[in-house]
Amino acid sequence: MSSFLDAREPAGIGRVPPLAPSWSTIGRVIEHRAMLYRRTFRASLFASFGVPLLFLTAMGLGLGGYVDQNPDPTLEGLTYLQFLAPGLLAATVMQAGSFEAAFPILGGLQWNKIFHAMFATPIRAADIAYGNIVWIALRLTLIATVFAIVIVGFGASRSPLLVLAIPVAVLTGLSFSTPLMAFTATQRTPDKFAAIFRFGITPLFLFSGTFYPIENLPEIVRPIAWVSPLWHGVDACRMLMLDTVGRDPLLFTIHIGVLVALAGTGAAFAARTFEARLVRG
Amino acid sequence: MHDSLATEPTPAVEEALGASRPAARASAPPLISARGLTKRFDDFTAVDGIDFEVAPGEAFGFLGPNGAGKTSTMRMIGCTSPVSDGELRILDMDPRRQGPQIRSRLGVVPQQDTLDNELTVRENLLIYGRYFGLPREECARRADELLDFVQLADRGKDLVEPLSGGMKRRLTIARSLINEPSLMLLDEPTTGLDPQARHLLWDRLYRLKQRGVTLVLTTHYMDEAEQLCDRLVVMDKAKIVAEGSPQQLIQRYSTREVAEFRFLPGVQETLDGKLDGLASRIEKLPDRVLLYADDGEEVVMAARERGIHPEAVLVRRSTLEDVFLRLTGRSLVD
Ligand SMILES: Nc1ncnc2c1ncn2[C@@H]1O[C@H](COP(=O)(O)OP(=O)(O)O)[C@@H](O)[C@H]1O
Ligand SMILES: [Mg+2]
Repeated sequence: MSSFLDAREPAGIGRVPPLAPSWSTIGRVIEHRAMLYRRTFRASLFASFGVPLLFLTAMGLGLGGYVDQNPDPTLEGLTYLQFLAPGLLAATVMQAGSFEAAFPILGGLQWNKIFHAMFATPIRAADIAYGNIVWIALRLTLIATVFAIVIVGFGASRSPLLVLAIPVAVLTGLSFSTPLMAFTATQRTPDKFAAIFRFGITPLFLFSGTFYPIENLPEIVRPIAWVSPLWHGVDACRMLMLDTVGRDPLLFTIHIGVLVALAGTGAAFAARTFEARLVRG
Repeated sequence: MHDSLATEPTPAVEEALGASRPAARASAPPLISARGLTKRFDDFTAVDGIDFEVAPGEAFGFLGPNGAGKTSTMRMIGCTSPVSDGELRILDMDPRRQGPQIRSRLGVVPQQDTLDNELTVRENLLIYGRYFGLPREECARRADELLDFVQLADRGKDLVEPLSGGMKRRLTIARSLINEPSLMLLDEPTTGLDPQARHLLWDRLYRLKQRGVTLVLTTHYMDEAEQLCDRLVVMDKAKIVAEGSPQQLIQRYSTREVAEFRFLPGVQETLDGKLDGLASRIEKLPDRVLLYADDGEEVVMAARERGIHPEAVLVRRSTLEDVFLRLTGRSLVD
C-alpha cells in the first residue's frame, strides 16, 4: 500500500491551488465548532428547555396570576404570560448571544489558541470571525426554537407569527454577539466581561420592556430602552406574537433595521479586530 | 512504521561538508528567498534586514538565543504576520497578496502548541485536514497514517489534554503534515522537552528530511541545529551574524578542539597572562576558561609544563555553541 508520506522528490515550487471561495472556508470554521458541540449537545439541549420552562412557570404563571387582576384594556383578553413570553424569548437569546461572543471566543484566541491554528492554514481572519458568527446564529436558532416550542406548550402565543419571532430573536442575539465579539478579540483576559455583564447586559435585561411596558418606567429612564437593542428585539417579537405589527408597521421596520445595522456593523468590526489580533500573535 | 528508535539521527558526515545537498537541488529555484527582510513592532525592530534563501529538500535552521527574532521571522514566512520592509517570496508567491495560497502549502509547528484540548487526538487531525479543504475520507486516511508515523496510534481516541508535552509536540507535527506540505516550519520543536522526548522527535524529523520534506526550523539548542540542519544562519539581536553548514561554521569560526579548564573559586582571577599563547584563542567565562586549538591535548600538556594545574580538564570538539560565543561574546542558552 502506498503512503502519502512515502519518499518523494523534494517538492519544488509547483502548482498553486486555486483560492477556495470564502463560503467554504467559513464552513470549515463552523465544522470545527460543530465537532466540539457534539460532546455537549444533550446537556445543552436540556438546558435550552429548562430556562424557558422555569421562567415561564415562575413569572408567567406565578407572577402573571397576580398581574392579570389589572388587564391591558387595549388588548382583549391579553394575559401577562402572553405579554411576557416574547420579551423573555428575545432576552434569553440575547443573553446566550452575549455569552457565546465572550468566553468561547477568548478561548480560541487566548487559551487553547485554536483560531491561531486555523489562521496558519488557508483560512483567513475574516473567515474565522464570520464562521463563529454563523455558528452563534445556529446556536441561537436552536435556543429560540426550543423556547418557541415551550411557549406553544404554555399556550402563550396569540399568533402563528410566533414562527417569525424566532429569526427576530436570533437577530436580537446577534446584535449583541457581533459587537461584543469584536471587543473580545481586543482582550487577553476575561477581566472586563464581568463588568460588561453586570453593568451592560443585566440592566438591559431589566429595562428593555421584557417584563413590563417601558411606558411604566419613569420618564428619565425611558431613553435607556429606546437605545437598547434588546428593546427593539423584545418589541418586534411582541408585535409578531400578539399580532400587532399592522398597528405600526413603521415601528416594526425600525426595530428590524436597528438590529440588522448593529449586527452587520459588529460583524464588520469583528472581522477587523480578529485580523489585528491574529496577526499580532 | 513501528520500527525501533535505536536509529539515531546521524549528523551529516564531515566529508560531505558543503555538499550535503545534491547538486540538482542547488540549481532549483529557492522555496523561500528573503532580501532585507524586516519586522517592526511599533518602533521596535524585531528582525532587521536579513537575507537568506532556502532550497527544496534542505533542512535550514535559525539558531539564536531568546529574543533574537526567530519567531518573528517564522511568522512572516508563515504568512500570519505582515512583512514590515524588504522582500520575501515563498514558493514563488508574494505573502502580501497570496497569504492563503501560500499557507495552503505550508506545515506549521508553532512555538506554542495550538491544539484543541477539548477534541480527541484523532479529531484534531481530522479537523485540521478540513481546514485545507481535504475530503473527510482523505482526512481519515491521512490521520491514521500520521498517528502511526508519530507513534500515537494507540492514543487516537483520547483527549489531547492529558498528553505529555512530547506527545503534544508529536501530534502538532502530525497535524502540520496533513496537507502534505511543500515546506515545514518548525518553531523551537523540542524546547521544554526532556532528552528522551527530544530524541524521539529528532528521529521523526530526520525521517521527514530523508523523505525530501523541506524543513525550516528555529532552535536555541546547538545540538539540535547540528543534528538536523544542513545549513543554518546564526541570529542575534534581530540580525544574521553568520551562515553555513554546521561544519563550515565550526571550521570558519572555531578550531577543531577546545580544552576547558576549571579552577577552584578565586584561582582563575590570579592567572592573568599565564595562559597567553597556549591556544589560538582563549575565552574566559565566569566558571571556566576555554582554550581553542586544533589539538586540545597539546594545550593541556603545554599548560602543565607552565605549572598550571586546573581542578578539572575537558578536551572536546568545537560545537556551534563555540561559534556563537565567538560571534557574539555570549552563550546561547542563559
Ligand atoms: N507581537 C509582538 N509585539 C511586540 N513585540 C514583539 C512581538 N513579538 C515579538 N516581539 C519582540 O520581538 C523580539 C523578538 O522576538 P521573537 O521573534 O519572538 O524572538 P525569538 O523567537 O528569537 O525568541 C523580542 O524582543 C520580542 O519581545
Ligand atoms: Mg521564539
